[in-house]
Amino acid sequence: MTRVILGRLVQASLVALMVGLLTFVMTRSLPGDMAYRIAAGRYGYDIVDSAAAAKVAAELNIDQPALVALGHWMFDLVRFDFGTSLISGLPVIEEIASQLGHTLKLAFAAIVLSLLIGPPLGILAGLRPGGVLDRGLVVLSTSVRALPQFVVGLGLIIIFSLTFKLVPAAGHDHGAHLFLPALTLALGLAAVSNRVARDAMRSVSETSFYAFGRTKGLGEWQVFRRHGLRNVAVPIITYLGVQFVYLIEGVVVVETLFAWPGIGHALVHAIFGRDVPMIQGAALIMGLMFVALNALVDALSHVIDPRERRS
Amino acid sequence: MTFTDDVPPRATGIPVRRVIGLAILAALLLFAFLPLVTGGPDPLKQSLRLSLQGPSASAWFGYDHLGRSMQARLSAALRLSLGLALLSVVTAMVPGVLLGIAAAWRGGVLDEMIGGISEAFMALPGLLLVLMLTAIVPDNAMMLYLGISLVLWVEYFRLTRALARPLLLSPSVEASGLLGFGPWYIVRRHLWPELAPMLVTVGSYGAASAIMAIAALGFVSVGVRPPTPELGAMMIELLPYYEEAPHALLQPIAVIFLMVLALQLIGAKEKA
Repeated sequence: MTRVILGRLVQASLVALMVGLLTFVMTRSLPGDMAYRIAAGRYGYDIVDSAAAAKVAAELNIDQPALVALGHWMFDLVRFDFGTSLISGLPVIEEIASQLGHTLKLAFAAIVLSLLIGPPLGILAGLRPGGVLDRGLVVLSTSVRALPQFVVGLGLIIIFSLTFKLVPAAGHDHGAHLFLPALTLALGLAAVSNRVARDAMRSVSETSFYAFGRTKGLGEWQVFRRHGLRNVAVPIITYLGVQFVYLIEGVVVVETLFAWPGIGHALVHAIFGRDVPMIQGAALIMGLMFVALNALVDALSHVIDPRERRS
Repeated sequence: MTFTDDVPPRATGIPVRRVIGLAILAALLLFAFLPLVTGGPDPLKQSLRLSLQGPSASAWFGYDHLGRSMQARLSAALRLSLGLALLSVVTAMVPGVLLGIAAAWRGGVLDEMIGGISEAFMALPGLLLVLMLTAIVPDNAMMLYLGISLVLWVEYFRLTRALARPLLLSPSVEASGLLGFGPWYIVRRHLWPELAPMLVTVGSYGAASAIMAIAALGFVSVGVRPPTPELGAMMIELLPYYEEAPHALLQPIAVIFLMVLALQLIGAKEKA
């Protein structure tokens, strides 16, 4: 277990390293003279002259070599000191804190919804491989996986909001707004997790201990609860970890589509406006969220699967 | 008694799904590249008189909101998506496989070094990396290409390394080495037959996710900029006209669906 935790810590520092390097290159490639820009920010655009810029450059050590600057940059990053947004003027950390709440709510709802849709259907299909449900699910999940998330989202908007007028299409005022974006993400996740559950259920139901459970007279539900559930849960949970890439990427697109005020939405807008401090903060927090979710999966599979603990 | 008894059973012919996938892909390629040969309407030429006109005998795909030929725009967008995706897959595959073989062969410091770099690329979800690269130099398809290749190479590297390591330790490779065959022979004769099926699978899935990523970035308006025809950007452009002209919105969706479906069918591993 300590090795797993250590691995995740290494991953988290790699995330910080990548985000730091990329945003550093981003600031260096911004057009214009850095000293002039900062001086303009301090004294106003009208009264900046070369003397003011030179003073700023001397004071902030702007002419220091790139490597030293990179060192300072990374040091600020690991202290979560992102500075202020170039667009709204507010500290990045405050903006991100509120956005993170929205994103976590969306991600959590999506995971729960996907677990309610995918695995139960997959388990039913796995109990009767080759049946109508099984074959129907193959077609359905292949189709969903062949569509980008924003198309699934658009389809849901057209069905639920425009045609039946059941839920609002976009916004974030009350609970109903959460439904469509969460469902969009959940369908994508469930399209994979139902196949995983189906394969797992099929291999478990073919084992001799499962057959024995049936032969000794346990009912279908009892034998599943006693001998099936835990065995099926392990690959589903493990696979959730793989799917988090899809979830994080989906958050960026789906939040933008549904105008959900989370980190993905903020990241896209920051990139649009070349708001480097905001890009840095949002990307770092999303990357760390990815690591944290994976660590959660590690912990869960540790709890469910006693075989892991022994080795 | 024949020698064939010793040969492990191999699937003969190509599985049906792969044939279907290849057929769809071939049709899409034909649709995308035929206008280059025969000549067709200009994808950028506007004619507001034709705005949102539905399919007709002269123009099977109709026109978009600015009266541009949907057929010309779709095939241009397909060329962009497929071309960029295939280019990134090849760019990722060649160094990925070579580095994987090198790491498995040499081991030691080299293995750890390349392994560490690949870990760094895996730590971030791919789309985040591509997004940040496009932020460095905006409005540039080169950054899109670079970003997608940088995300994809890791998988080739890791799978090649994992496959090659036990193979290189096997008695048959040792025998070849003792007989005086060089590294090139060992790669071609011992490694390639095992690597090739994996490359087809990973390559087509990689191309599918590259196409999805390009479309997603176009959709959130940070990828390819208008007026360049791009499937995701076309969808966001045509969305406001969904009521008047559903055919226009549905066409790019259908194209991307077919393209990804074809690649997934090609990549799917045969199983019971």
